[in-house]
Parts: sequence; structure tokens; C-alpha cells
Amino acid sequence: MLGWEFPPHITGGLATACAGLCEGLAKNAVEVTFVVPRAFGDEDQRFARVLGCNEVDVEEELVEHVEVPSVRTVESEPREVRQRVHRLVRRASATPPASSVSTVPEWPMASAYATAEEYVAWLASLAPERPASQEETEAVVEVRTELVAQPPRTELFVERVEQRRKVSKRYAFNGFYGPDLFGEVSRYALCVAEIAAREAFDVVHAHDWMTFPAGVVAARKSGKPLVVHVHACEYDRSGDHPDERIREIERMGLEAARLVACVSHYTASVLQRRYAVDEGKLRVVHNAVTRKEQAERTAALKHVPEPIVLFLGRVTFQKGPDYFLEAAQRVIAVEPRVKFVIAGSGDMLPKMVERAARMGLARHVHFTGFLKGRDVEKIYSMADIYVMPSVSEPFGISPLEALALDVPVIVSRQSGVAEVLRNALKVDFWDVAEIANKILALLKYPALREHVLAAGRDEVRAMSWDERGKKLREIYSELVR
Amino acid sequence: MRSVVFYFQVHQPMRLAHFTFFDIGTKSSWFDDAENARIARRVAEKCYLPMNRQMLAAIRANEGRFRIAYSVTGTALDQFERWAPEVIESFQELAATGCVEFLGETSHHSLAALASLDEFDAQVIAQAERIEKLFGRRPTTFRNTELVITNQIARRAEELGFQAILGEGADQLLGWRSPHRVYRPEGCEKIKLLLRSYKFSDDIAFRFSNKEWPEYPLSAARFARWLAELGPKERFVGLFMDYETFGEHQWEETGIFRFMRELPRACLDTGVLDFKTPRELAAELDPVARLDIPRPISWADAERDLTAWLGNQMQKAAHDALYQLLPDVVRLARQGNSAPYEKWKYLSTSDHVYYMCTKWFSDGDVHKYFSPYATPHDAFISFMNVFDDLARSVRGPSDVAGEPLTAK
Repeated sequence: MLGWEFPPHITGGLATACAGLCEGLAKNAVEVTFVVPRAFGDEDQRFARVLGCNEVDVEEELVEHVEVPSVRTVESEPREVRQRVHRLVRRASATPPASSVSTVPEWPMASAYATAEEYVAWLASLAPERPASQEETEAVVEVRTELVAQPPRTELFVERVEQRRKVSKRYAFNGFYGPDLFGEVSRYALCVAEIAAREAFDVVHAHDWMTFPAGVVAARKSGKPLVVHVHACEYDRSGDHPDERIREIERMGLEAARLVACVSHYTASVLQRRYAVDEGKLRVVHNAVTRKEQAERTAALKHVPEPIVLFLGRVTFQKGPDYFLEAAQRVIAVEPRVKFVIAGSGDMLPKMVERAARMGLARHVHFTGFLKGRDVEKIYSMADIYVMPSVSEPFGISPLEALALDVPVIVSRQSGVAEVLRNALKVDFWDVAEIANKILALLKYPALREHVLAAGRDEVRAMSWDERGKKLREIYSELVR
Repeated sequence: MRSVVFYFQVHQPMRLAHFTFFDIGTKSSWFDDAENARIARRVAEKCYLPMNRQMLAAIRANEGRFRIAYSVTGTALDQFERWAPEVIESFQELAATGCVEFLGETSHHSLAALASLDEFDAQVIAQAERIEKLFGRRPTTFRNTELVITNQIARRAEELGFQAILGEGADQLLGWRSPHRVYRPEGCEKIKLLLRSYKFSDDIAFRFSNKEWPEYPLSAARFARWLAELGPKERFVGLFMDYETFGEHQWEETGIFRFMRELPRACLDTGVLDFKTPRELAAELDPVARLDIPRPISWADAERDLTAWLGNQMQKAAHDALYQLLPDVVRLARQGNSAPYEKWKYLSTSDHVYYMCTKWFSDGDVHKYFSPYATPHDAFISFMNVFDDLARSVRGPSDVAGEPLTAK
């Protein structure tokens, strides 16, 4: 299994979901080796063996060209020669020399016969310009057009002879999502190819685009089937303006995969619409919550009498914080005693603070900035309603956490969690009047609050990773006979 | 002779519009007239009109030996008057044959029997007067909303002058006894209880079009033979069902109309079956035993209880709030302002709380099919907002800032 992060070193829901799946698979007697870019050594290895690429020695064959004098006959036909040449240049501080060059063809987009090495080279060509480092990999593309018209003759010339040699090296990884993400993604793929060569396994399972190149390479090297798992795609993150490089990697991974696991039917439909993924390849595996998360309860710490309506998450386009503000304005107009809290940070935060002030909501809307650990639990325990107005949410696990902590939830229909949680109040993210209507209903009608809390908690309790692991095992057995 | 007793329930609720908190105090109407009109016309076209024509033809063809009963709710009559008056005319034509009985019930298909016997009386009497005016005869047989019955409800119906009451032949009520005999509820002196034979009723209402059913496709002759071959002590078979079964729940393509066209003749041809209305049967047969019905029994779902209407907190809260307001709207009506009471009665229709049912949230096709709302929560929110609108107009616009909010 290939994933970009693993608990306890997490930046979002991805690592938690991956660990949950590992737990579910372990319960269903599936052995998992989980490969992350960087292992810290304190990962929870009860349900999966965790390998870090930073600890892997990568055997690499370097191709050098040596010039040797030779004799040959040259044809006289005049002809135009147009060549497109990709050169993979490896620069290393000591050896080999910078002139060491190998020629690889352009990545044949939809070809199933491309080799792993080609894929890595192609991937590297997607990477943006960046300062050369010790183990830098770059691809240079040249197009040459020549007209050759000469009589046949024997000539002396300098022949370039290939010489191969092996080097062993170890890459450094920052992990997470630094400025050299694309570089790390391609180096991760090289390392995973190495691991794939020496580990025994039946299925390659890659989570989200960062690991798709590695998944493709590992599957090709081993001849084992590839499953890609989409927790979020580029369109979820960026709306209608995707990063073309990421989109392209996602497309390649989705195409190369034998089966595609999605965290929701909603995501499956996005993949069909945006990437034209064949419906027959799509399988839905919803997320769940672990027992531990459910057990964690913090005593109510609320110290203001007013009801608190909470937005918790990245303050970005995807999460719909502006719709939250619009709904807040409508609620405040009829019920000024309600407080609204936006917890989290993100690129839209400054705009949201200004907007709240402009809307005259400064007294009613509070911003906490980024919260983590105990502070997250604390804010949940203070909240009376949790609203997730996401524009596009592949799954969205936080409403399950909120319910487990006795906070009723309003979620957008444009989310995966809306599919599995019957006792969430559901709204279209753009329907701010309806969001406000439901906030007021929860505040005014105690029976509604009691019902969705009691029934919702039962639902959350019934959701387990064991079930998801069983589903995943069924998906694997479609591919492994 | 064994009697086949057909009773068809005709009901359409006045569905509420999507009503938000912001609509409170600002909108003149609560109801989704466009949707109500659309459904009333559709069901009239697909079910009421063609079935009535067919029933009339069967009565005439069999020279009065085919007899049936209907109960038509007040809210359905309201909608026919507004959007499909020809349906009322066609029921009147049926009434004129003398072979059709119209039953009594609450005017608004309400659960008043469970919450306020005064309101129950008022709705039952109003409905009886309306039925008499429309169809020429005051009802003597009573069916409560969703066939909900207890000893107490039967007793009340008896006090209101009814001679028979209908109920569900539920297993938990009957035990080893047969649903095909006449009983008397505990505490009653005169009224006769006729039970629904759920086995034979559901063969028509639910299983008829089910291709997985071993008896599919069911012919009228085979069904008539089943009824004819019952033991000698089985005096009648109560076939009670929603009238919308024909053409709406089961489409015309299933052959349901043809089945009903052939059934009267097929039954009469057995030589041992006849048709009677509930009134006629109750006049003919005496009760064989008393039945104790301490807890409400209904004809709904596998449980045959009230959980489809009052099963969760939302339903109970809505129901309780509604009946808590009743004394206020009645008082206003006595003072000459009857508008709030009239509106209140439309909220008393049991369908509103039925839409809030979460019992079969997961596989609740039956409930979902009948609900205009996306979720039970939406049904509750809309209802409570409408109720709040009414409550404010009755009790005066309270100081909003002073009302308590639900918070931790």
C-alpha cells in the first residue's frame, strides 16, 4: 500500500483514513506493507508494516556513453531527419560526469507497454524548474531537423558506446507537501520501484495522486494489479481550475489502475465526469471512524451562554466558508444571540475576516485560526451545531467526529459523508437560506436536536473500519485469483 | 354463504409547502397548492375515475349483487371539489345504486382519537354530516384513521351512534382466533367489530404485481376459489385497502384493473360467496366473542402499531405541540375567529407526522414513496415552522428574543 502520510504524522484526513483501512484489512486477514516517503520510526505498526523511502537503498543503473573511434559506410540518399530526443540527465556532485546521458522516448501516453523507467523519466519531465541538488533528475527535450544528402562512402567516425554501471544511493525526503513536491513524488516512485522488486505482495494499492506514479511503476515492475484510491481529486481541491500536472498524473493513474476505490459515490461520479473513468472500474469504500475517536470525549467546556455554530476546517474555496458567513448573516438577522465560529486557516481566511466585518458580523463571528489536537476537541465540546458547507467534499470525516462528541451536524449534499449519515441535516452548499433555516430549526426545536444526536450517534457507532476492510478485501479478490 | 366485504380508503393529505423559518409570519399560505392539485388530478385520472367507472359497471352487470364500501376523507373531498369535481360526481353515481356504503371517519384523517376525544367527536360529526349531504346517507360504520383502534375508541364510536367499527385483524390481537368472524371490543355494548383479513387483502394490495410471489400472476378465479374453500366457520372476508392500490400503487399494466373486473363474477360463480357492505354484514351477524384492545392497533407496517406516526422524538414533539395549541384555537373559534382552528385541522392530518418517520430510514421505500420530503428531518422542520406560524398568530407574536434556544 502506497500512501503519502501515516499517523501520527498527519496533515489532514488522508493519513487517518489510510490507517483505518490498514486496521480494517488486518481484521480481515490481509497483510499490508505501507510505504511512506518518510518514516519517522514512531508509526503505529499494529496493523501494517510501515516502510519509509528515506530508509531504502536504491540500486540504480546509470548509462554512460564512451566515445570510441570506428569505421562505417554511409548511404547517399538525401533525406530529412526530424528527431525528438529526450535526455535524462543525472547530475551528481562527484560521479558520474555531467555528460553522462541516456536517451529515452517520450512517454507514450496511453501505452500499456511502457516500462517503469520510462514512466519515471516522463514524470520527471512534468516537474517544474527547480535548483539542481545532489540527486537531481532532469529531462531535456530537443527537436532536431536535418537534411542529409551524401554519396555512400566509408568514413572514420567516433562511435558512442553504452556503458552501464550500478550505483546505490539513498534519497532524502521531507515528506508532506513542500515546495519540491513533484521532485519528491518522482523520487518516491523510484524508491517504490526498488521496494516492489524485493517485496512479495499480490496487489499494489496507491492512495491519491502523489503515489500514483509509484503505484504504476510498482505494478509494472511486479506484474501485479494496481488499485488506486481516490480520497480527493484535483477538482475537489481547485474547483474548475486544476493544476494540469496533477490532473495529468491523476488521469494516468486512473487509467493504469485495474480498479479504482472511491471514498463516496459522489467522488465516483466526479471521476466519471471529469476523467471519463469507466464506470465498471469504480468501487465505493466509504470512510469510517475508529473506536478510539468515538471514545474520546471532553467534558463540556462551554463558558458562554449563547449557542455556538461551528465551521471547522481549512478556510479554502473547497470548504465553502463564504456560504457559512452568508447563512450566519441570515440567522443573526432574526436571532442575534447566536455566535458563529470559524476554526481553521487557509488562503481565504483574510478575505473572510474582512467580509465578516463588512457584513456587520464582527460581533457575531469569531475566528480561531488553525486548531489542532486538544483544541479541536475543545471547540467541538463548546459547539452546539457543526456546519460543513463544502462545495465539493469527497468524504468529509469531521461530521462523524462532531456527532461522536454530541454536536448535531448540517452537511452539504455535495459531500460523501451525506451518503452514509442519515441523521445529518442536509443542504445544498449554495442554499444559504436553507442552511440558516436548519440552524434555526436545531436551535428552536429541541426534539430535532435530540433525535439527530441520538440516532446519529448510533449510526456513527455502527460504522467500522472492519466493514470497510471487508469491502476492500472483496475488491482485491476481484483481481487476485 | 360467506360474504366478501370490500372497503376502499380514499385519502389525499393537504401537503405543506417547503416552509422555512424566514417564512414565518410572512406567507399567506402553508400549502403546496400546485403539488396538491397535480397529485389530485393525476390520481383522479389513473385511479379514482377509471376504478369508479369499473365498479359502477360491475354493480350494474351483476344486478346489485356486487356491493362495496368507501371511506373518503374530508381533505380528499376538499381537493376534489377544487381540482377534480368529476370525482365527487362519480362517487355520487355509485351512491345512487344503493349498493355502496360510505363510512364515517375523522374529517381530517387525524390522530385526534389518541389526543383529544372532544376534537375526535367534532371531526367525526363534521365528516358524517358532509358524507350525508354528499351521498345521501349518514354513516353507520366507523373506520378510524389508519384503522387505529382501542377499546376506548370503539366505545366512543358506539356513543356517537355507529353500529360497526373496522379494525386490523392483527395477530397480536387475535392470537388463535379467526379474522373472519364478528367480534365486540371490551367495554362496548352494541358496536360490532369487523376485522381486515390482512392475508387476502395484501394478496391484492401488495403481492399482486410481485413477480417473485409463487402465486404470480394471480387470477380472479383462483383468488375466488381461495375464499370459497375457507372453513365453514369463516363467515366473511374483510378486504380493506387503499383505493390508490388500483392504478397508482399498482399500475394498470400489472393487470390489476382486469383482476377487479373479473373478481365479482368469479366470486358469485362459486355459489358460496356473496358481497355485503359492512353495514349489511353487521346487521346480519352477531359477535362470537369479545376482543380486548388495550393498546392501539393499526393496519400499518409489520408492527401494526403507532410507530409509523408517533415512533420518534420528532413525531411526538410535533404531535404534542399541535394538541397543546388546540384549546387556544378552539377558544378563538368560539369567539368568532374560526380561521386558526380551520388551519389547525389541516395540520392534524396524520400524514404530516408520517413523513417524519425514521423507522425504515434505511430501506424505507414504502414511506419514502409517499413522502414529499427528502428526509424525515426536513418534514419535521417544515411542519414545525408552519406550526410556529400558527402559534404566533394565535398566541400573539411573542418576543422572539425572549424565547429559549436549545444549547448545551
